[in-house]
Amino acid sequence: MVSGLPATSRCPLCLYGKNSYLPKVTTVTQEGTERPVVLEARQITKRFPGVTANDQVSLRLHKGEVLALLGENGAGKSTLMNILYGLYSQDAGEILVDGQPFRAKSPHDAIARGIGMVHQHFQLVPVMSVVENVMLGNEITRWGFLSRRKVAEHILEISRRYGLPVEPYALVADLDVGAQQRVEIIKALYRNADILILDEPTAVLTPQEADDLVRVMRTLTAQGKALIFITHKLREVLEVADRIVVLRAGRVVGETTPREASEASLAAMMVGRSVLLRVEKAEAKPGATVLSVRDLQVRDDRRLMVVDGVSLEVHAGEILGIAGVQGNGQTELVQALTGLRASEAGSIEIAGNNVTSANPRQISELGVAHIPEDRQRDGIVTSYPLTENGVLELYYRPPFARGIVRNEGAIVQHAKQLVADFDVRTPSVHVEASSLSGGNQQKFIVAREFSRDLKLLIAAQPTRGIDVGSIEFIHQQIIKKRDEGVAVLLVSAELDEILALSDLIAVMYHGHIVATVRNGELTREQLGLLMAGGGE
Amino acid sequence: MSRSAIVAFWERYSPALVPVLAVFTALVVGALLIGLTGGDWQAAYIGLWQGSFGTPRALVDTIIRSTPYIICGLAVALAFKAGLFNIGAEGQLYAGALCAVVIGTTMQLPPIFHIPLGIIAGALGGAAWASIAGILKARTGAHEVINTIMLNYIALRLTDWLIKSRQPLLLGDPADTSGSRTPHIAETMRLPGVSLGNTNTLHLGILLAVILVFGVAWFFKRTTLGFELRMAGTNPNAARYAGISVPRSIILAMAFAGGLAGIAGAGEVMGVRYEVSTNFISGVGFDAIAVALLARGNPVGILFAGLLWGGLLTGARLMQVRAGLSIDVIKIIQALIIMFIAADQIVRFLYRIPQRKAGDETMVSKGWGGG
Repeated sequence: MVSGLPATSRCPLCLYGKNSYLPKVTTVTQEGTERPVVLEARQITKRFPGVTANDQVSLRLHKGEVLALLGENGAGKSTLMNILYGLYSQDAGEILVDGQPFRAKSPHDAIARGIGMVHQHFQLVPVMSVVENVMLGNEITRWGFLSRRKVAEHILEISRRYGLPVEPYALVADLDVGAQQRVEIIKALYRNADILILDEPTAVLTPQEADDLVRVMRTLTAQGKALIFITHKLREVLEVADRIVVLRAGRVVGETTPREASEASLAAMMVGRSVLLRVEKAEAKPGATVLSVRDLQVRDDRRLMVVDGVSLEVHAGEILGIAGVQGNGQTELVQALTGLRASEAGSIEIAGNNVTSANPRQISELGVAHIPEDRQRDGIVTSYPLTENGVLELYYRPPFARGIVRNEGAIVQHAKQLVADFDVRTPSVHVEASSLSGGNQQKFIVAREFSRDLKLLIAAQPTRGIDVGSIEFIHQQIIKKRDEGVAVLLVSAELDEILALSDLIAVMYHGHIVATVRNGELTREQLGLLMAGGGE
Repeated sequence: MSRSAIVAFWERYSPALVPVLAVFTALVVGALLIGLTGGDWQAAYIGLWQGSFGTPRALVDTIIRSTPYIICGLAVALAFKAGLFNIGAEGQLYAGALCAVVIGTTMQLPPIFHIPLGIIAGALGGAAWASIAGILKARTGAHEVINTIMLNYIALRLTDWLIKSRQPLLLGDPADTSGSRTPHIAETMRLPGVSLGNTNTLHLGILLAVILVFGVAWFFKRTTLGFELRMAGTNPNAARYAGISVPRSIILAMAFAGGLAGIAGAGEVMGVRYEVSTNFISGVGFDAIAVALLARGNPVGILFAGLLWGGLLTGARLMQVRAGLSIDVIKIIQALIIMFIAADQIVRFLYRIPQRKAGDETMVSKGWGGG
């Protein structure tokens, strides 16, 4: 390859030359001035047994820009970042930092070379203060003693310069999620990072916190930092990125800018076909009350009252969406409704039966399906084959068992049916569930739950962490169930998902339902404010 | 063989590869040890072979010796499949043996009733003893490792006391002046057997062990209850989600495991010793952990691992005679086998066996997690 040519020009042309949505590659900023390239990946290839995670991936990052790396799960974003950060080593290709070849053998090397990473799951020690977390691994000492004061001064300086308010001596455990994320960013800046990798940074934030983060990102780039922003949220990409690189199946399939792209064109690039971002649905025809919750109180594992006086009703043929930032009691509410957690007070009625203290099986047998929020923890046994996972709740009933003897034939047949109905991509129903991608695992769980006779569907974060194509499919299936007369309780931290599916929206904050409205009565912003406690 | 047939063959039998190579490696290291200390390793191993599997007489002795290891190995493996680390096979074996002795010394019945009754009594005794640990775990979260170990001590000392006590006379034999054993059980409860030429009597216990091996395999593979216990052990959260009562599964799994160990104890009483003495077959319950580990919890594997274990112990005597070695060499080799199984990375490195899949961890390293 001739050096000097834009590195990504080959792939889009040879693979998708006829697709009109692919714009021309540009390495020139909007003002038309060439900025120096601080990081370049050339033809990076990384293979794992059975899969090529990165296939000749090339990209360039310029000083002072936000490069959004967009792609479905398993597209190779994380692999590429882990190579940059020294966690993996590439099989072929090279990385250049400031024009010099660079091969990180460990995160330590990467940090020393000015590459910082803010992980999706924070790497902080909760019982330590901000200062201690920032200095950890990079301690300043005076005569063998830690010098916290100097570090604190440095933190405040960074904090002022980039607009990252933080209290240096506060314990990390006492900070909210947004502040913890600021500590992570400060940690990287403290180590003089010029290149910052942000791995799905908005996944855990409220809409307002996400706006703050966008402001911080702008300040950082204005001062010459270069950012790689990994996400699968299309709206944010268009809002904050200078350039967008899309990965699919380990390859760069396109590069564009927010001015030339739309959510639809980006989604199409990610998935390789056009995607319906808006779910088509008819007006709901609510029927009888299926789920009725009165003044429910539930404690969490720490004995805190995290669901405090929740009342709600869901009717047949209607979707009630519970909006809220994670950790406001939704998890415990769902556990109480499905019999996985005892409630403290109040009552739960499903289809006229009082199930306040019923066990999960009794509730399930009433025709309640549960798509759990943590699929690998609750929804499947990853080390079991799909056949056994397909009858996780039904294994004891005919035709899957005769007396105490399981009927292998019926179990295999059922799994094959689920795989066929929901287009689960798997080589066979006999493989372990762990060998499926997250999206396919989720499709399999949804298929299993939908295969039963349903009255009530409780779907908790039904599309968390899965790809756009699977999201579209699962959304359509949920609407279909609603139209068949199933009552649906949808719990999601994604406001977009709530808005796309719900007929009614209940906003949950600190264990209370702070508002229940028809979908469309409030704007996205108003709902965001309620989710952040602005309604109290 | 077509390519896919080779792959299928590999997937089916490769799990056995590491244990087999671990045994081989341990024997090689053992030979080095004997050689380096001036012993004659060839004579030693020929003696070991002839004393364990080489002659009909030795083979019968090996089978008799192996039977309790196989059944107790199942007791450990069954609990392990249900996510429990049963260190208590020893105590459960004693509980079962004592119950069998009571049935054997207090009644006279036709063998067709007496023998099954003795085995059932042993199973119930072991199950009851193990259930204590199961209930404590299910109701209070007390770790079964600690409780089964403590129950072992209690069972051992209880046995001593029951046998030795003269005032009141409990299970001791009034005719026995040393006060170290129970009376013999009735003839009607002794396991029948066959004697081939000059061999010892091969009692029915091994048949029982083989039935139990395939019974346990069938239980986990084919029954709904086996599926419940397995799921409660592998992923308790998913089990709860699927409507399974995890505490109930824990208690049942411990009871089944204890029942197996109890049968092993009853089998020893009814087939070999016809009594319980203060120096009853101690240590079997502990070695059973090693047997289950060697077989990676696979019931059919336990059949072979148990035979190997019994064979090493049986052959040790002839090895001692032939090569003038201490019988402790066998204990060293057994320990080496377990080390190579536990640190299977060494074996994989030595023989260039590809990495195992994630989640396929060695049995012990997994069991200590949090319970």
